[in-house]
Parts: sequence; C-alpha cells; structure tokens
Amino acid sequence: MSQNSRQNLVLVGNGMAGMRTIEELLKLEPEKYNITVFGDEPYGNYNRIMLSPVLANEKTLEEVMLNDDSWYKDNNIRFEKGKKVTEIHRTKKQVTAEDGTVVPYDKLLIATGSTSFMLPLPGADKYGVIGFRDVKDVDTMIEAAEHYKKAVVIGGGLLGLEAANGLMKQGMDVTVVHLMDSLMERQLDKPAADMLQKSLEEKGMKFLMDHQTEEILGDERVTGLKFTDGTTVDADLLVMAVGIKPNFELAEAAKIHCERGIVVSDTMQTFDPNIYSVGECVQHRGITYGLVAPLFEQAKVAANHLAELGYARYEGTMTSTMLKVTGIDLFSAGDFHGDDDTDELLFHDVASGTYKKLVIRDNVIIGACLYGDTIDGTWYFQMMKDETNISDFRSTILFGQAHLGDAGHGDETRVAAMADDAEICGCNGVSKGDIVSAITEKKLFTLDDVRAHTKASASCGSCTGLVESILAHTLGGDYSQAPSKKPMCGCTDLTHDEVRDGIRKHGLKNHEEVRRTLSWNTEDGCAVCRQATNYYLLCEYPEYNDPESRFINERAHGNIQKDGSYSVVPRMFGGMCTPADLHAIANVAEKFNVPEMKVTGGQRIDMFGIQKEDLPAMWKDLSEAGFVSGHAYGKAMRTCKTCVGDTWCRMGTQDSTGLGVKLEELTWGSWMPHKYKLAVSGCPRNCAEATIKDFGVVCVESGYELHVGGNGGIKVRVTDFLTKVDTEEEVLEFAGAFAQFYREDAHYLERTAPWIERVGLDKIKAAILDDAENRKILHERFLVSQKPAQIDPWKKHADGADEHQFKNIKIKAVAKV
Amino acid sequence: MSNWLEVTQLEEIPVLGSRVVETDTAKIAIFRGKDDTIYAIKDACPHKDGPLSQGIMHGDSVTCPLHNWKISLKSGEALGADEGCTNVYDSKVEDGKVYLKLS
Repeated sequence: MSQNSRQNLVLVGNGMAGMRTIEELLKLEPEKYNITVFGDEPYGNYNRIMLSPVLANEKTLEEVMLNDDSWYKDNNIRFEKGKKVTEIHRTKKQVTAEDGTVVPYDKLLIATGSTSFMLPLPGADKYGVIGFRDVKDVDTMIEAAEHYKKAVVIGGGLLGLEAANGLMKQGMDVTVVHLMDSLMERQLDKPAADMLQKSLEEKGMKFLMDHQTEEILGDERVTGLKFTDGTTVDADLLVMAVGIKPNFELAEAAKIHCERGIVVSDTMQTFDPNIYSVGECVQHRGITYGLVAPLFEQAKVAANHLAELGYARYEGTMTSTMLKVTGIDLFSAGDFHGDDDTDELLFHDVASGTYKKLVIRDNVIIGACLYGDTIDGTWYFQMMKDETNISDFRSTILFGQAHLGDAGHGDETRVAAMADDAEICGCNGVSKGDIVSAITEKKLFTLDDVRAHTKASASCGSCTGLVESILAHTLGGDYSQAPSKKPMCGCTDLTHDEVRDGIRKHGLKNHEEVRRTLSWNTEDGCAVCRQATNYYLLCEYPEYNDPESRFINERAHGNIQKDGSYSVVPRMFGGMCTPADLHAIANVAEKFNVPEMKVTGGQRIDMFGIQKEDLPAMWKDLSEAGFVSGHAYGKAMRTCKTCVGDTWCRMGTQDSTGLGVKLEELTWGSWMPHKYKLAVSGCPRNCAEATIKDFGVVCVESGYELHVGGNGGIKVRVTDFLTKVDTEEEVLEFAGAFAQFYREDAHYLERTAPWIERVGLDKIKAAILDDAENRKILHERFLVSQKPAQIDPWKKHADGADEHQFKNIKIKAVAKV
Repeated sequence: MSNWLEVTQLEEIPVLGSRVVETDTAKIAIFRGKDDTIYAIKDACPHKDGPLSQGIMHGDSVTCPLHNWKISLKSGEALGADEGCTNVYDSKVEDGKVYLKLS
C-alpha cells in the first residue's frame, strides 16, 4: 500500500499502553496507517513501573527506555515529542496541539494515562510538594535529596511505600503518613500489614499511622505538615502518593462519554466509533486499572480492531500485586478479606516472618495474601484464575507446590535469595542471572518474551513457576504475570477448551474449517496449534489424519534423534517375549547395522541410529515376525509395564503379566493428548511401579486396586486411588473408560497428572465411577476409536503408504553450501 | 548463467509438506505451500543442523523439529528472537515440473 492511500492513525499519549497498542498493530498490519504519536513528556516511551528502581538508584533512565527516538524513525512514525494535545475536533476529525500543530485522523487512540491524585489541602501549591508519576517527579526527588534532609510521603499504599523506600535510598529521613491504621490496606490484611510495617521500620522508615493532614506549612517552600489532631511534623519535601486519577479532561472536553474514566466497550472503543482508548485513562465495565498487565491485554484488543480483524474482546483482568522494595516479599491477589461464605486457610510464623493466607469459596481460591515467602504466589494465582478445585490437596496447599512433589525444583524456595548463577532451566542451561539480564536489557514483560529470548522454561516447562517468579521479582511492583486466559498460541485468542468446544459445536471437520470458522489470524496456523487441533479433530473423528500437521515423530512413526536419524521400538505386549521374538529383533538389527540397542524402562527393546530411508524395509521384517509399532514416538499409549505375577512369583496374588497383556491389547495404538503409560503389579510390593503411571493396577488377594494420574517424569506424582474391583473384565472396562474420558477432556500436551490436578479427582469419579452407564458408554466410544488406531502404522508404511516421505530425490549436481 | 535443474513433479510434494533432494554437496528441502509456491532451503537448521525437511510448514516458514526454531523459507533466516541463517535456493514450477537453481 502506498503512503498516500493509507489511513491516518493518531495516538495521544506516548506511554506504555498506547505504544504497546502501536507495537501490536505494527505486528498485525504494518502498512495500514500513517501513524502520528503525541507525547507531552520530552522523552520516548519509558517503562513507568521501573521509576521506583530509578529513584532507588538501582536503574538509570536509559535502562528503562522502551522506545527511543530512533525506534520511531525506523518505524516511520511521526513523533511529536513534548507536545500536549489541547483539542480533539470530532467533526473535522483532527487534533490540535498546544503549539498549533494540527493533525487529521481517520482513527484516534487516546492513551492519556493518569496523574497523581493531589489532595486539595491548603498549601498544596508550595514548592517541594509533588506527586510520584513521571520522570520529572523523580528528578525533583533526587535533587531535593541533595539539598534537604526530611521527606514526608502521604500515602501508605504501594506507590507511597515505593517512593518512601527510594527517598531513603537517596539518603533522606523519611516519614510515611497514612490515614488508616494499616499499610496497603487494599492489598494486605492487618497481620501482613503489621509484618510489613515492622520490616520497613527496621530499615529506618518512620510511620505516622491514623493521621489525617489538615494543612501544609511553610512560606514558598514546604516546611512541615499539620494534622487534624493538632500535632505537626517537619518536611523539606512532601510526596503525595494517595492514588492516581484517570486523565480524561481532553476526551471529556470533546464530549466523549466519561465517568470515572473514558468509558470503553469490550473492543476498547469509546462512544465515538472512530476513537479508541486504552490504559489507565479508561473505564471498562466500571473498573479503572493502574497496573501494567491489564493495559497490555487492552492494547492487544485495540490493535486487533484497529487492524480491522475485529474479533478480539477485552473482558477485564484479574490482577495481583507485589511490592518493589528490595528485601521484602509480599504478594496479594483477589478478595483476601473474605466474608461469611468463605473459609480461610492461614499459616503464620512470626519468628521466620512468614504469613500465608488463602481465602476459599466452595473449594476455589478467591484471594491470597502472602508475606515473607511468596514463591507460591504465582501458583495460587494461576489456580485462582483457572478456578481449580483444591479439595484434593486442601490440607497441604499452604505448604506450597513443592510439597505436592515437585522433584525437580522442590527445594528452591526463594527466588529473591537465589544466586545469579543458580540454574533455573535445566533443559536449556539458563541461570537466574541470564533471565534477569534478558528481562532488563531486552525489556521483556511476559513469560512468552522470556521464553523466546532465553529459552528458559521453553522445553519441558517444569521451571515455568520459577521463571514467572523471577519475572515478577525483576519487574516488581504492579507486574501481574499471565493473561487471565491463555490462548492456544499466537494464531488465535481462543483457549484449548474454546477451540475444542468450537469443533464440537460447529461440527468442524478439518483444519481449514477450524481456522476459518474460529477466525484464526494466520492462514496455516503454526506448529503449536496445528498439532493441538489435529489431536482434537482425530479425537472427534477417529479416522481423521493430517500427516502434515503432526510432529515428525508421528509422521515418520519413529523418534527423531539429535543427528536426524530415528529409533525403532517394536511393541512387546506386557513386556513378554519369546526366543523367536528376540531372534527376529536380533536379525533385523544385524541386517540394518543398528549401531546401538537398549532395553528401555518400558520393558522393550530400542534400536537407535536408523536412517529414515531404511525405516519401511525394517518395519517390513519386523511386521513379518509379528511385531507392531510400539508408538514410542507418539502422544499415544506407550507401554504396559508388568511384574512377574502369581505364575512364578511366591508373593504374587494375581496373573499380573496376563492382565498387563490384555490391557495393552486393549489400548495399544490409541492417540492421546500426551504420552500414556500403564502398569500392573502382582501384589502391593508394587514391583511394576504402578502408582506412578497414568493408569496403574495393583493386584491384591481379593481383587484389583485401580490408580490414576501418576507420573514418573518431570514432576513425580503418585497416583490417586480410584476404586477397587473384583474381576479382570471390570479392570478392562475402567481402563477403556478412563482413557476415553482423558482423551475427550484433557488439553493437548497435558498428561493425566496435571489434568487431574486441574479438574479435580471428583470430576473423574463422577464420570466413570459413580455413573456406571456413562462408564460403559465411554468404554464403547474408546473401542470405536481403537478400530482405525489399531491398524498397525508400520505395516501400512511397509506396504507402501506415504512412500514419498521416506525416499530422497537424488541428483548429480553441486549445490552451493 | 541460467542452469535450472529439473528435480521432480509438483505432485510428488505434499501440500504443506516437503521432499529431500540429495545433491553431491548438500541435502536440500523443497517445500510446497498451500498456493503451490515452492521453496528450496538447505536441509539444516542454523541452530544445530536439524533437518528442516522434517518440520511443520506454515505460511512461508517452517518450524525445526529439534528445538522449534522458526525459519523463513524465503530468506533462510531465523524468525522471532533467534538469530541465524541458512542457504536458500531459487526454484520455479513449469508445467507441473519443479526446477532448482543450485549455484
């Protein structure tokens, strides 16, 4: 599109919300608009939430710049720096700035933010009385610290305490004046607030609680404060940090509907359809926000509509709080006071300075307030957003996620106290220091950003909580981690559940229909959503298969290794084999010069280092010897591990190997949301380790105990006991029904352990234990889906299916390398 | 010098899929987009030489199967926050035949 045919977009307000919208828009539609940005501060866009560290001498202004002058130039954006817009003319569709600059618009974006709320006290106009909102305020404070000694901060909230901490770091003697008898009363309850006050007092901060200011004393410059009880305090500098107020005078003057902020719809549109608004100046569903996470969600939605994609909706944000004061860990979210219908879980250890409180309604967390040990804040917050039923681990939840059995990172408790060289991501070798410097140098805000830049938590994901904590601690203050709903990937705003519901509701039959009907923003999707969607489709339609949307392992029916070769694992039902089976495998291994073999943990034999072109011929030999694919490569049923059982073992109570073979015959070949393992142990000594499998059977003298949701992988989790049954037939019916319920309910790439933790064991019991009829129906559906799944893929390919993928095209030519 | 080499038929390459062309010096992955555009790229990810031919293709890029780097099939460059570049080769389709220019 040429410059002339583009529409004009004007942004008023060069802050984080407005500029984030522009950045999101440039990602979607880089050439749709000629963009003009007005900002009344003489800087580019800087990270306002980092002002406290600037004041505390922990960061410089350069370090917190997000977009410098060259960024605007590089993106062809006209930047009217230091110019305040004074008028919006809606009929002429133009804005006018203080200096007379007039710019016409087709679409206008108002992001005027907020200002410090200044108490209308007598004397509030004296020198040395300021708010805490922008770089200018910080400069005033730093300058005052050079010449004066005594500072008073009015307001014992988040912002006030951060300002007070910064002024102390600048060497001033600081007193905080607070109207209430409890600090941060909007984020903390009384016990936590008292602990906070005590630690701040130990750092040297002074407090005048329960004090209402009547008058500001002094001639030209402030010299002190007088309170309603007649007492006074000296002050050379007075910072008002009693709150912020949305800045909407400009919009109101243009007769755009405003209440406590500029009123916007779920599409971030004001009452004038050509005018959008985002950030702290807006009021959405009656709420105004002063934290950064909601602004970024709003920015995404506004950009989506400015790009005329027209499907994103902002539905409000659940926020959480942390304080940016070094050495103090506090976390708060949601309703932490509770009411008559709520329960309180409380842990209070005065000696160690730890306080944890969770407010619970109907076994769902609705509020959290943590002091001293906040490592689990992100975990509680995620469960709060997901409305996770916590009844299964209610008695231990206060001890944290580590207590549930996080083998990988269980002993790492305090992120803040960790050394810079402590390894956070074991898969990719990323240390805490790497993550912190990437966040500050590359100006990252979200978990996805950190993953993209450092790879931390991008592989197995077990350190996600730690990475989120580091992000929260580094950004501090009003950072609030993940968006309230997690889209499947960047191609859509829909969650896994929404995509799945969409497929079922609209009867969508293939990838194209899914992407079209559910308004994907990419033509072909990406590697993430294609694989997930492919699973959801084949779960609905067992015959469905789109090889190009499967990971290579499932396309080539082998595990791709780091050198591009593959491994081959034939299935050995229940781990049982005959001399003839072993001869056949040995012959194949010799014939194809297999460089290395291994007996796997799943009781079968792995052959490594096979070239892709050799796979079909190898499968043909194995197939003729009676083997089928072991699906060791797939998000599928893998193995059924067994112990010896009563045929040989003097302790055995039942035929565990025989039952294991039957279970594997029932379930082999089944595609699952993730890998899926079974085991049968012949007695409670449990040699087959059935209690760390997805579906485990422990035989006892009187029957069979069924266990579900175990995991021996990244995070060890012991199974939940489901029920005890009397016969093998019942075991098989439960096995099929449980597998099918998992297949139909869990998210793609969610193993049974996190799935059960997310939805609660009660849901599983209700579906397959309490409702015998439903169990039979699920089992039937499982059998139907098994019909196409148990056509052996190895035999199919040995017989020539999909032949081209295994054959390279060979030509005599020299290609440049 | 115009030295187009015929390598295969268009229909031999699955849509949103690939084939591998082995030359004397390098393996080349040829991809076929939804609109039948053909892309030819050295079959080695700039990160750790992963076989790009085995990745999932979307739009004009491919995700490497080893560590999920996204590589542009047009330029050979790594997309997103990753940095690196691999060779790409000129290609064309005429009368259902696929041609590459290798030097």
